[in-house]
Amino acid sequence: MQSAVIVFPGSNCDRDLKVALTKATGKTPHMVWHKDTALPAGVDFVGIPGGFSFGDYLRCGAIAARAPIMQSVINFANGGGIVMGICNGFQVLVETGLLPGALMRNAGLKYICKDVALKVETSQSLFTNGYNQGEKITIPIAHHDGNYLADDALLARLKGEDRIAFTYEDNPNGSVADIAGILSENRRVMGMMPHPERLNDPALGGRDGAKLFEGLMSSLADA
Amino acid sequence: MQEPKITDELIAAHGLASDEYAQIIRLLNREPSYTELGIFSAMWNEHCSYKSSKKWLRTLPTEGPQVICGPGENAGVVDIGDGQAVVFKMESHNHPSYIEPYQGAATGVGGILRDVFTMGARPIAAMNSLSFGEPSHPKTKSLVAGVVAGVGGYGNSFGVPTVGGEVRFDPAYNGNCLVNAFAAGLADADKIFYSAASGVGMPVVYLGAKTGRDGVGGATMASAEFDDNIEDKRPTVQVGDPFTEKRLMEATLELMATGAVISIQDMGAAGLTCSAVEMGDKGNLGVRLNLEDVPVREENMTAYEMMLSESQERMLMVLKPELEAEAKAVFDKWDLDFAIVGETIAEDRFLVMHNGELKADLPLKALSGTAPEYDRPHVATPAPAALTDAPQIDPVEGLKAIISSPNYAAKNWVYEQYDHMVMADTVRRPGLGAGVIRVHGTPKALAFTSDVTPRYCRANPVEGGKQAVAEAYRNLSAVGAKPLASTDNLNFGNPEKPEIMGQFVGCIKGIGEACAALDMPIVSGNVSLYNETDGSGILPTPTIGAVGLLEDLADMIGGPAQDGDLAILIGNTEGHLGQSALLAEAFGRADGDAPTVDLTAEALHGTFVRDYHAMIHAATDLSDGGLAMAAFEMAESAGCGIAIEDGDTGWFFGEDQARYLLAVPMTEATILVDLAKSSGVPARLVGSFGGDTLTFGDASAKMADLSALYHAGFEAAVG
Repeated sequence: MQSAVIVFPGSNCDRDLKVALTKATGKTPHMVWHKDTALPAGVDFVGIPGGFSFGDYLRCGAIAARAPIMQSVINFANGGGIVMGICNGFQVLVETGLLPGALMRNAGLKYICKDVALKVETSQSLFTNGYNQGEKITIPIAHHDGNYLADDALLARLKGEDRIAFTYEDNPNGSVADIAGILSENRRVMGMMPHPERLNDPALGGRDGAKLFEGLMSSLADA
Repeated sequence: MQEPKITDELIAAHGLASDEYAQIIRLLNREPSYTELGIFSAMWNEHCSYKSSKKWLRTLPTEGPQVICGPGENAGVVDIGDGQAVVFKMESHNHPSYIEPYQGAATGVGGILRDVFTMGARPIAAMNSLSFGEPSHPKTKSLVAGVVAGVGGYGNSFGVPTVGGEVRFDPAYNGNCLVNAFAAGLADADKIFYSAASGVGMPVVYLGAKTGRDGVGGATMASAEFDDNIEDKRPTVQVGDPFTEKRLMEATLELMATGAVISIQDMGAAGLTCSAVEMGDKGNLGVRLNLEDVPVREENMTAYEMMLSESQERMLMVLKPELEAEAKAVFDKWDLDFAIVGETIAEDRFLVMHNGELKADLPLKALSGTAPEYDRPHVATPAPAALTDAPQIDPVEGLKAIISSPNYAAKNWVYEQYDHMVMADTVRRPGLGAGVIRVHGTPKALAFTSDVTPRYCRANPVEGGKQAVAEAYRNLSAVGAKPLASTDNLNFGNPEKPEIMGQFVGCIKGIGEACAALDMPIVSGNVSLYNETDGSGILPTPTIGAVGLLEDLADMIGGPAQDGDLAILIGNTEGHLGQSALLAEAFGRADGDAPTVDLTAEALHGTFVRDYHAMIHAATDLSDGGLAMAAFEMAESAGCGIAIEDGDTGWFFGEDQARYLLAVPMTEATILVDLAKSSGVPARLVGSFGGDTLTFGDASAKMADLSALYHAGFEAAVG
């Protein structure tokens, strides 16, 4: 699997995602600068890392969503490409319109960095097939703006189409329906606030995050 | 624009004493211009010149085979083997944080990060030592909220994990909070960048954010006591932009890799003035600046304002002229300003030109070299009377008084607002003892701690100074890390008062002795004086930041304690209750002497713990709250109970030094105690881990209840 990680000037989990992808795929991802206009040829997977892409100025992810590279990422996704956004990456994907809804300031108005318990809502996706449906996992969060908002109609759709990937067991940020991560309509784009790349190694406190990358890798190898 | 006339009022407003002004006249043989007066005030204030402290700082041990670069540069550099180095420093941002807590704390973090990456190191860890007034004081809550949000707001966005620190409360900080920010970075030992310029006619390049009027006069403000008019000083506080800092860091490191950098200096206190003078002074060169080329973001800025602006996220560099195009390309990539604003000159002059007009023409060496230095009168703190009427208390009640206090309650409320996992190398998170970060891509790891017990320093500056270093040494040893070196952030009141100067001198003596005995040389640091409001000073607070090395992460004493482990107490217990946390929290008393620090015992016991790391599941040092607090914290973090054998109040809450509590598997415990005895280390079995109850002799409580108290205490007081 050939992967690419998009690097904005304020990305700060780009290296962490690179390490996780290298570990799972055995190949170093392309690190793609935001001012580039095209993805490298032959890329199967695009990751949008956490961080503060443009300082979180204006609105988290809003400026990044309009960076030159993002038109290529949108085209890639619309053509069936596999895209995952973590934390700020989720915010960017929402701002591009590739994922629906919005991410607002945490209900407690504070930045929160800690391990949280998640429930895997569906194993029916490239990103979650390494887990069992209903499995409880631990993944850290680290964000100020992770309070996911969807209106009733959207929420009904997400539920009806089995597009909620993860939910929080003990909602830390006020997200509607405890949503921590969602899938696109074609199930090939996912955004999630928690950071699987941070719990990717027993030395860091666990491997619950590694299963995501391994599952993604094995399903792509099968494809 | 007409520059103001130099009057006595103007001189005083610049914080210059009349004899200091007379010295300026002697140096120049003429009256300084307004811009020159500003430059002198920037260079000669306490904050930049260390004029009250220099004499004493020189007595500190700063060398060792592990030290690559000691104090004097932007940060200290220490060898960690394999051609790698750790670069670190701690610095205060006390005055700005009290005036404007969010921006004051944020720019404190920004400043210390810049110090580290200016030397060519990528920041990998941060810590913060925070001291606030009493929780019930009307300003405390908003200061805590603002400072914590500011530290997080900057560090989180920049992308450095904040892995440790301290938070304390005492009425002595009511009018002056302390914000001490630590940062450490990783570099190749042969690719460290220094500030000394070299070569004549080399371009002086301005990098980073544009210059505005923010922070003009900030360093002078930080060298004065506060009074009732501090609100007027708000415009002297800078505003931070972590996004620019992140780009500046990436661009600077990329630029260094091109080989274009001759020397580099961050613009911190007194911005362009200090950085230019520093580079020239260290390189024995003069500097000419053309201010019309400085990127500005405000109109009609005068030379005076540009020279004294403390706008953040800026650097000054001397560039290899043949690599200008490569250098500029890096800064264009990161959308940062890059402007040639001057050049190095052979003469010993600091020339400041603005639109063709000469605004300053000063002897450069003399600006820093002849800065005043004082041997201020000092009187030693009188030896306090020993505690004679030590109170007794039920040990569980005593513990409850301590763990429910915001001083000792769990600090999750604070560190969960800091990203402590970014960079995915945090192997020991904040909360209990030292934080540990892997050295990326290697088996090595670095441990970080910051420590000081200000109430000991007040009672007995010498022992208090020693204790701060000893506690740092223990915290590093307790995770199995070999203590390498330290940085000191010395926060005191007004040095013109002999009793305050006496505290300073005493603490330095203690710190020096301990750093020498424990082989933890001071490689960088910062002094913050005049922490007084309306004549009332803070507790003497010499914060020690320290770094330890684990050659192999597998050697870390990582914890937690396991059910069935036995508890072994290392070190002698006399039951010293003077100046103890119990006395303060349960009885509201602050009497008695500080505990004595036996540095030989500290070294011996610490070495023992590190040597036998493989037999130990978890370890913690005994400090505030003594055995009771150590036992509770170890059990609480392990999610189990603990039973400790009975004893008097001194047994449970005495704060005798050189002690550790270890959790050791039952099969190893007696072997370890025997090994200790044969090494001359006092050690005894004092209890066991397991169950769901804390039992101290005949007293007991459910761990769940104690844990709830421990986790509620901070937020209840100031959240």
